[in-house]
Parts: sequence; structure tokens; C-alpha cells
Amino acid sequence: MELTFYIAGAVAVLATVGMLTRLNLVHALLYLVVSLLGVAVVFFVLGAPFVAALEAIVYAGAIMVLFLFVVMMLNVGRLAAETEKQWLTPGIWTGPLILASILMIEVVYLARGGSAGLGAGELGPKEVGIALFGPYMIGVELASMLLLGGLVGAYHLGSRKAEKPEIQHDADTHERWADTSGDLVLAGTDRSARTP
Amino acid sequence: MSLEVMLNAAGLAFVVAGSRWHQADGQVVFLFILAMAASEVAVGLALVLQIYRRFKTLDVDALSAMRG
Repeated sequence: MELTFYIAGAVAVLATVGMLTRLNLVHALLYLVVSLLGVAVVFFVLGAPFVAALEAIVYAGAIMVLFLFVVMMLNVGRLAAETEKQWLTPGIWTGPLILASILMIEVVYLARGGSAGLGAGELGPKEVGIALFGPYMIGVELASMLLLGGLVGAYHLGSRKAEKPEIQHDADTHERWADTSGDLVLAGTDRSARTP
Repeated sequence: MSLEVMLNAAGLAFVVAGSRWHQADGQVVFLFILAMAASEVAVGLALVLQIYRRFKTLDVDALSAMRG
């Protein structure tokens, strides 16, 4: 059990070093995914299976896909196909593949041998959930507000309509609303100009 | 991406400490770090997209002028 911990830690460190020394963004992303998976295996060996699953799902799944999506999106152009072909030459993915297969062997070994915590025993999702919604309730609320703020901010920054001028409606639209038969009146427009 | 690695290292330290003293607090703090990293990545990547759309480059040295 200790040996798996050290192997997974070594894989994570090697993959992180590989990520930091790559010059191409996609190659670095490959190594980063392997690094995160290695950290997930370390969590599992340490007796934190819930956090290990979250690390694999959220980090290695969602966040890395977000990175990849943006990288691919910024490369839209006539050279994109050739550059993508260039990214995936066999020499590139052998390094991450070897590290990932080491992790895979470890996971199979752990799944066959059962899970025992390396430190002071295993802490399952139940204890984490009790602590999360007990004394850390306000932290959960703050995290939810942070996520909402991140969502709104990302939407605002990512939308193309941010460059258009804003449409403002008139302040005193009571009469004008009535005689445009319910249509909203744009500020600064004349009613006679709109109606034929 | 380096920021992700650093946040991950901090989370790993929390989980290891929580495992050492058999407390769930370490994992709880790791969950908070996870949420923060997710929102930060979303906003950061949106900023990168906006920069690319306006300046047609990702070179940070090109962004050397302010409007004000």
C-alpha cells in the first residue's frame, strides 16, 4: 500500500515537471491531466475516496476539457488541421501514456485489493458530508455565491454582445407606450418616426 | 495552468493533513479549493477569449496601453 502511494506520487511529480517544460500548450495539457490523475490516486491511497473521485471528475474531466476547448477555439483558422495533426505525432503522447498506464495498473491493483487508508484510516463521503453541512455551512454558501459570480462574470466576458451599445428604454413611457400599442419605446426615438 | 498546479498542491497538503489527524476538515477545505479553482478558470478563460477577440493575439506584451 505504501509502494502504490510512492509510485503515484512520483508519477504526479514527473507529469508536473513534464507539463512545466513543454512548450506546446496541448502537450502540457496532456501532462497536466496525467498529473491530476496521479494526485487522485494519491488521495485514494490516503483514504479519501470522495475527494479522489471529485478530483478525477471535476479537475481532470471538466476543467481540463474547458482548457482544451479554449485552446482549440483560439486555433480556428486555415492552419488548424495541420497544427492539430502536428500535435498528435506518436512521440508526443508516449510519455503521458506510459505514466497513465502506470496509474491504471495501480488502480486495478487497488480495486482488487480493497481500499485501506494509509494515514489514520479511511474518511468516506459520509464524514465529509456531515462536516460540510455542519460547521462549514457558511463556507458552502460562500462557495455557491462565488460559483454564481464566476458564472455571471464568465458569461458577461464571453458574450459577443458586450461591444454593442446598450438599449435603454424611456423613463416616462406611459403615454408613448399607449400609442405604440404596447411596444416598448426606445430612448431617443421619435414616435412619429416609427409609425407610418 | 501553473495556477491549477499550485492550487492542487495546496489541496493535497490539506488532504494529507486531514488524513494524518483523521479529520474531515481537510477534505472540506479541498472542496472549497475545487470550487474556487473552477470559477477562477471560467473567468480567466473568458478573459483570454476576450483578449484574443480584441487584439488577435495572446501575447501579453501587446497589452501595454490603457484607455484612461
